[in-house]
Amino acid sequence: MSKCKEDIYFARDPEITWEDVEVLSKHTLNGAKVLLDVMAEEGVEIVFGYPGGALLAVYDALLDSPIKHVLPRHEQTAVHAADAYARVSGKVGVCMATSGPGAANMVTGIANAYMDSVPLVIITGQVPTHLLGTDSFQEVDITGMTLPITKHSYLVKNAKDIPRIVKEAFYIAGTGRPGPVLIDLPKNVMAEEVHDPRPPKIALKSYKYFSKGNAGQIEEAAKALAQSKKPVVYAGGGVITSGAEQVLQELIEKANIPVVTTLMGIGSVPAKHPNYLGMVGMHGTITANLAVNDCDLLIAVGVRFDDRVTSGLKHKFATKAKIIHIDIDPAEIGKVVKAHIPIVGDARLVLEDLLQKVTPLEISPWWEQLRAWAKQYPLSYEQDGRLNPQTILKAMGEIGGENAIVCTDVGQHQMWAAQFYPVTGGRKFITSAGLGTMGFGFPAAIGAQFAKPDSLVFLVTGDGSFQMSIQELATTVQYELPIKIILMNNGVLGMVKQLQKMFCNERFSQIQLHANPDFVKVAEAYGVKGLRIESPEQVDVVLKEAIETPGPVLVDCHISPDEIVLPTLPPGKTITDILEGRE
Amino acid sequence: MLHTLAVLVENNPGVLARISGLFARRAYNIYSLTVCQTENPSLSLMTIVVEGDSQVIEQVTKQLHKQVVVHKVSNLTNEAVVDRELALIRVKVRAETRLEVLQTVDVFRGRVVDMGRSNLTIELTGDEDKINAFIRTMRPYGIQELVRTGKIAIARSDN
Repeated sequence: MSKCKEDIYFARDPEITWEDVEVLSKHTLNGAKVLLDVMAEEGVEIVFGYPGGALLAVYDALLDSPIKHVLPRHEQTAVHAADAYARVSGKVGVCMATSGPGAANMVTGIANAYMDSVPLVIITGQVPTHLLGTDSFQEVDITGMTLPITKHSYLVKNAKDIPRIVKEAFYIAGTGRPGPVLIDLPKNVMAEEVHDPRPPKIALKSYKYFSKGNAGQIEEAAKALAQSKKPVVYAGGGVITSGAEQVLQELIEKANIPVVTTLMGIGSVPAKHPNYLGMVGMHGTITANLAVNDCDLLIAVGVRFDDRVTSGLKHKFATKAKIIHIDIDPAEIGKVVKAHIPIVGDARLVLEDLLQKVTPLEISPWWEQLRAWAKQYPLSYEQDGRLNPQTILKAMGEIGGENAIVCTDVGQHQMWAAQFYPVTGGRKFITSAGLGTMGFGFPAAIGAQFAKPDSLVFLVTGDGSFQMSIQELATTVQYELPIKIILMNNGVLGMVKQLQKMFCNERFSQIQLHANPDFVKVAEAYGVKGLRIESPEQVDVVLKEAIETPGPVLVDCHISPDEIVLPTLPPGKTITDILEGRE
Repeated sequence: MLHTLAVLVENNPGVLARISGLFARRAYNIYSLTVCQTENPSLSLMTIVVEGDSQVIEQVTKQLHKQVVVHKVSNLTNEAVVDRELALIRVKVRAETRLEVLQTVDVFRGRVVDMGRSNLTIELTGDEDKINAFIRTMRPYGIQELVRTGKIAIARSDN
C-alpha cells in the first residue's frame, strides 16, 4: 500500500488503522453509504465538497454513488456554490467538508445562506466520538460555532440515526422559511454498520410551518386595498422562494398597483414591467423610496424590513401607511415595524387568495405623482465618453437575452447590477444580499451554471471581490463551465472608497489595490480566455465575442476609480431628508 | 418588566446552549433560568425569567418557537401560577443570637439543615419576595454563603 498524507492522520488516531479502512470500504452499508443513499433518495444530484481525513468513508462511498461531486478549490466555494445552486434550481443545495479547518472555512457561507434564507444541507466530517472534546487533530465544535447561523443542526452519535437525521435535515432546510441545516458526522459513525438503512416517516412534533394565510386577515387586506388611494407593493426574496412571481404580477396588473423590490426581490417582477418603480432602500431609485415614504398602504410580501431598506429608522419608515405584512416566518412580523394587518403564510398561497378578492383600483392621481417622480429622478449616470459600468450592464442585458442568469459579488458593481441590469424574472439575479459577502459571486456563478447548464451565466464582479475567489478559475476549466466573468476593474475597493468619500471627509484609508495582476494574463494562465474593454466603443463587440466564445471567458473592464453608486440614501436619513438637503 | 416563560424542550445534549445562545445573540436579558426533567423523560422544562417590554417578549416567544427543539412556550406572567424558589443560606451566629435566628427561621417556615459551632445553614422555599425578605432579615447577623435556585412555576388548576 502506498504511503500518503493520510497515514499521519491515522497515526494520531490509534483506534483506526489501515485494516479498518479496508474493511470500511468493503462494507456495503456503513453510515457513509447510507448517508449518500438517503441523499440520493431525497433527490440530490450534485454535492459541492472538499475531501479530508474525517470524510474518507464518504468519499469512498461516493465512488459507487449516482451523486455527482464537484471539487472546487476552497470549502467556502463549496458552500456558496451549493447556495447559488439552490437559489437557481429551487432545490436544497448540498455541500460538504472535512472536520476542523474544512468545516470552519464554511462558516461564512453558512451565514450567507442563513441571512438570505437559502435551503442548504451541510455535511461536515468530525473526529471520532471518543476524541470529541479532547482538542484532537482537526477538531472544531462546528455545531457550536454555527448555532446562530443555522436553522437546525445535528451531531450524529449513532449510525442508526443517519437515515432519520438526513431525511429531517432536508425537510427542515426546504420547508417553511428555508435555511441551512448542518449535519456533523464523526468519522467512526460513518464507518459503523447500519442494519436498517430505511429512513422512518418524519415525526417532528415540534417543527411546524404555515402555508395558507388566515382567511379573515386576507379579507381585511383586500378591504384595506379597496380603500387605498396610494398603495405600494414592497416585494422581497420570499416572493421568489415561494414561486409567487406570476401571481404577484397578476395582482399588480389586476389592481393596478405599483411595486418596489428589495435586493433579494429583484426579479420578482420583470425590470421592464410598467408597474415596477425599481429597488427600494439605500441605493434604490428615488421614486421607489418616495413611493414607500408617501404611500397610504404598504403591502410587504416576503420581506423583513432590513435596515438597508428602512435606513435603520423604523419609526420614520412608511409612516403614512397602513402596513400589510405577509411572511411565512411569524418572528419577522413585528420584529422591526408594527404590521397593521399581519398575515403568516406562504407568499404564493396568500397572494393567490388575495387575488380572488381584489378589484381594480382607481388611483390615477397616485400614478401621475409616481410618473412625475420617475421623470424627475431617473436612474442616471454621466455619459462622458469614459467607460461606465452602467453602459456595460445595460449592454449585457441586451446581448445576453432574457434567460441569462446574473451572479454578483459585493460592492459597487453589485449595486450597479441591481440598478441597471434588466432582470427578467425570479431566480435569475443571484447576489449576497443580507450578509454582503465579498467572494460570493464566482462560487455562485459556478453553482448557478451547474443548476442551469444550458443557460448563459454572467458573473459581475469587482477586482476586490474577485480576488477573494480567484482560485476558482481552475474549477471553471476543470468542469468546462462557460461562465462569462465581467470584471469591473477600478483598482480600488470602490464601495469603501465611496463611503470614505461621503462619511470620512475623503480621508481614504486602505482602499488602493496596488499590485493588481493583469487579470487577462491570470485567466490565460488557468486556460480561461481573457478579453479587455477599455472604452465604451468596445463594449458591444467584446461582450458578443465573450458570449460566442465557448467555455469560460474573463472580460477585464477598466472603469474609472472615481465612479460612485447613486442615488445613495445614507443610514439614518430618510428620502425627504436627502431631497430637502439637495434643494 | 419581568416575564416568566415556561419552555418545553427536547431533553437532548446541546439544547440548553441553543436556547441560552438565542437569548445572548438577540440581546435578551435572562434574569433566571432553571432546567428540569418533566414527567416525560424525553422532554425538559425550562423556566426562564426574562426582562423586557411586551414587544420584546413577543419576539422572544416567536424566536423560541422557531427552534426545532422547542415544543411549547407559555408565558406564565399574567396567569394564575404557583411559583417557588429554593435558597440555602449559611448565617453566622453567636451564643446570644442563635435563638433569635432560629425564631426568625421559624417565622419564615424555614428549616435548619446544618449546624456548625458559629453558623447555621437554613433551607427556605417560597416565592421570590419571601426569600428576599428573609435574606434582608438575616443580613445583620452576617451571611457567609448563599445559594438560590431560579424560579420554577406551575399553573394553578382550573377548579
